[in-house]
Amino acid sequence: MINLELPKDLQDLSGLMRQFSEGGLRPISRKYDSLEQKELPEELVELGALLKAGRSSSSKKEGASKPEGNRNGNNMRMTVATEAMCWGDVGLFLAMPTIGLGNAAVEAVASDEQKAEWGELFAAMAITEPGCGSDSANIKTTATLDGDEWVLNGEKIFVTDGYRCRQVVVWASLDTTMGKAAIKSFFVPKGTPGMTVTRVEHKLGIRASDTAQIVFENCRVPKANLLGNPEIAKTAEARKKAFGGVMQTFDNTRPIVAAQAVGLARAALDLTLDLLKEQGLTLDYSKNYHQLSAIENDLYGLEADWESARLLVLKAAWMADNRQPNSMNASMSKAKAGRMGNEVSLKCVEICGQLGYSQTELLEKFARDSKIIDIYEGTQQIQQLIIARQILGKNSSELK
Amino acid sequence: MSESAPMFDLTPTEEEFMTREVMRRFAAEEMAPKARAADEAASLPDDFLQKTVELGLNFMPVPEALGGVGAGHQPISNTLTIEDLAQGDMSMALAVLAPLAVINTVMKWGSSAQQARVADTLLLDQFAPAAIALLEPGLSCDPANLSATAQQQSDGTWHLSGKKSLLPFGPEAKLLLVFAKAVSTAGESLGTRGFLLAPSLAGCSFAREQYMGLRPLPLYAANFSDVALPADAVLTDDFNLEQFLSLSRIATAALAVGTCQSVLDYVKDYVNERVAFGEPISHRQSVAFMVADMATELEGLRLMVYRAASQAVQGLDCSRMAYLAHRQAVKVGMKIGTDGVQLLGGHGFTREHPVELWYRNLRALAILTGLVVA
Repeated sequence: MINLELPKDLQDLSGLMRQFSEGGLRPISRKYDSLEQKELPEELVELGALLKAGRSSSSKKEGASKPEGNRNGNNMRMTVATEAMCWGDVGLFLAMPTIGLGNAAVEAVASDEQKAEWGELFAAMAITEPGCGSDSANIKTTATLDGDEWVLNGEKIFVTDGYRCRQVVVWASLDTTMGKAAIKSFFVPKGTPGMTVTRVEHKLGIRASDTAQIVFENCRVPKANLLGNPEIAKTAEARKKAFGGVMQTFDNTRPIVAAQAVGLARAALDLTLDLLKEQGLTLDYSKNYHQLSAIENDLYGLEADWESARLLVLKAAWMADNRQPNSMNASMSKAKAGRMGNEVSLKCVEICGQLGYSQTELLEKFARDSKIIDIYEGTQQIQQLIIARQILGKNSSELK
Repeated sequence: MSESAPMFDLTPTEEEFMTREVMRRFAAEEMAPKARAADEAASLPDDFLQKTVELGLNFMPVPEALGGVGAGHQPISNTLTIEDLAQGDMSMALAVLAPLAVINTVMKWGSSAQQARVADTLLLDQFAPAAIALLEPGLSCDPANLSATAQQQSDGTWHLSGKKSLLPFGPEAKLLLVFAKAVSTAGESLGTRGFLLAPSLAGCSFAREQYMGLRPLPLYAANFSDVALPADAVLTDDFNLEQFLSLSRIATAALAVGTCQSVLDYVKDYVNERVAFGEPISHRQSVAFMVADMATELEGLRLMVYRAASQAVQGLDCSRMAYLAHRQAVKVGMKIGTDGVQLLGGHGFTREHPVELWYRNLRALAILTGLVVA
C-alpha cells in the first residue's frame, strides 16, 4: 500500500533526535563555528556517549522482530536520524565521535577477532588525493606487500575527522597500472609509525568538524588489515565488478549524506519562518498565485523543493532497506538534496536581509555549511553523470 | 506499530497494479498514437469516449446500491489512473476524467438524491459527458471568492448568474457541477458551493473556446443568466472547498507526472539516436545532464503527488502537500516541457514530433483547477 508517512518508530526517533539537536547541538553551534579548533569540542564526548547508548538500545529493539515483506530498516533509520541531527548542526554532527565515515566499511568486513583487537571504532575515510577527487579510480597512494605487512605510501586530503579520529580507512592501489580493480582499503590505527596528520584545513563551513591532510611514508600495517578481498581480479569484466562493489557502498551512504542537506535546509526554513512570523507573515498553503507576495511565493517554492528532496532521500533509503537496486535513486537523492540545501539556505539569508547575513542568527552559518553537501560523497556533477548513464544506457567511456 | 502510522511503502496494491496495466495499455494503444491527429483536428478521435466506458472508471466510486462497484473514494488509485492516462495524452485524459470529477465530488459531498441522479445520468453503457464548472474567465480566478453567484430565493430555490470558462463538453454535458458564491436570502455570503444542473436549462448559453493546448478537448465558455435551480441543486452543507481544491491539486499534478514521463521517454530515445559531431548527442554532458535533471525532478514531483494522495487516503490533512505538489508540478512540468523541445532542437519546434504538443499542454497546469479530482 502506497504510504509516504513515516511509521511511528521513525517519527519517534526523529522527534528524539530533534530534541538532542535542540538541547545539545544548537547551544554550542556558534561557539565551535567561531573557534574552528582542531580538538574535539569537549561537549561532544558526553553527547556522543548519550547517542551511542540510544543507538544500542534501539538496535536491540529492531532485532526482536523482522517482519517479512516491506521493511523500514536501518537505512531509513539512519536518514531520519541524520536529518534530525543536521537540523541541529552539520559540523557538530560530522564531528560526533564514534560516527566515523569509515566505521561501516570496517564493520562490514572485519572478523570478530579484528573487531575485538581494534577496539571502539571512530574511523575516518581517506580517499581523496591532491591529484584525484571525483575520479577515485586514479588513486596514486600505493600498498606494497613486504613479508606479513602492507607498506603504504602516499598523500590523502580532505579527510573528515582525520585529526580527531582513532583509525583511518585508507584507499590505496596494489598496482597503479591495473586501474580500479587494484584499489583496496586498509585499516590504519592512529599512532602507526609512518602515518602523520600534516595539516588541518580552514574552511567555508562545517568548521566544528576537522578536515585533515594525512601523509603515509612507509607506513606498515599487518597483512590482515586489508579490508575485503586482496586479489586483483584477472579479467576486465571481473575487475569492473570488483570496483563496482567498492562503489556500491555509496548506494547506502549517499542518501544519508543527502539527508544532511534535508536537515540543514529545514533548519534554515524553520528559522526564516520564525523570523517572518514576528512580522506577521505565516504560510497557510491555500492562497492562489495572484494573492501571493514575492516572499510568500519564494517560500512556497523552497518548501516544495525541500519536500521533493526529502522524499527522494526516503525513497532511496527505503529501496536500500528492501534490497532494491538503488544506485540511480541514491544519486538522484544526493543531486536534488545537495542543490536544494544550498539554494534554500542561501535564499533564506537573502529573505531575512541583514538579519540573515548577520552572525547574530545562524542563517549565514547554514548557508556556509550547505555548500559542502553538494560536493562531498560525489559532487552534483558526478551524481548527474550516474543518473544520466543509467537512464540513457551509457557506460563511462561513452558518456564521460 | 500503531494503526494510525503504517510503514513507509511505495508498492502499489495488487489491485492498483492490475488497474495500472489496463490503463497503460489503453493509453499506449488508444491515446498516444492518436494524439497528434486529434490535436490537428481540434477534436477527440471518433469513438474514443465510447471506448473509455470499458475502463469502468465512473463505476468505481459509486455505491453498489446505485449500480456502481462501491470501491469508495480512492485518491491513490485515482492518482495512478490520472498519471497513466495523461501519459497517453493530457487532453484525452481530461475528457475521460471530467465526468469522474463530478461523480467523485457528488459521492463525497452530495445528498443521496444527488448521488442517485448522478448515477442514473452518468453510469450508462454510453459515454455520458459531464464536467465541473469552477474557473472563471479573466486574468485570475480565486475559487474562494468567485464572481458567479447563486442567490437563494425566499422559497429556498436558487438563481444562478455568472460566467465560467475552460468547461469541458459545455452544452453536450448531461450534467454540470457549477460552483458559485452562494448568497442567502438575507444577503450574506455562504461561501463557494456547488450546484448540480443540466446545461439545457433556460438561461444557460455556451461558446466554444480555443487555447494554446488541450485542443482536442471540447472546452466552452458558459454564461448563466438568472438560471432557476431547485432548492436541492446545491451540494450538502459539509462541502469543504479547501479539501475539494486539495484533491483537484493532486489530480492536476498527477497529469503533469504522466505527461512529463512521456516527454522524458521520448527525449531519451531521441538523444541516443541523434548523431552530431560523429556521436550520439547523449554522449555530451550538456545534453545528458539535462536528461538527468528531468528524471530527478520528475521523480521528486511524483513522490510529492503520491504523498499528498496517500495522506488523503488516510484521512490526514493533505492541504499542504497538495498545494506544494501542484506548485511543483507547474514549475517542474513546464521546465521538463520546455527542455523536451530544446533537446530536439529545431526538430522539436516542428509538429513532426510530439514535444511541442506536450509543451503547449503542460502550460495549462498553471490554470487547471477543479477540472479533475483525485
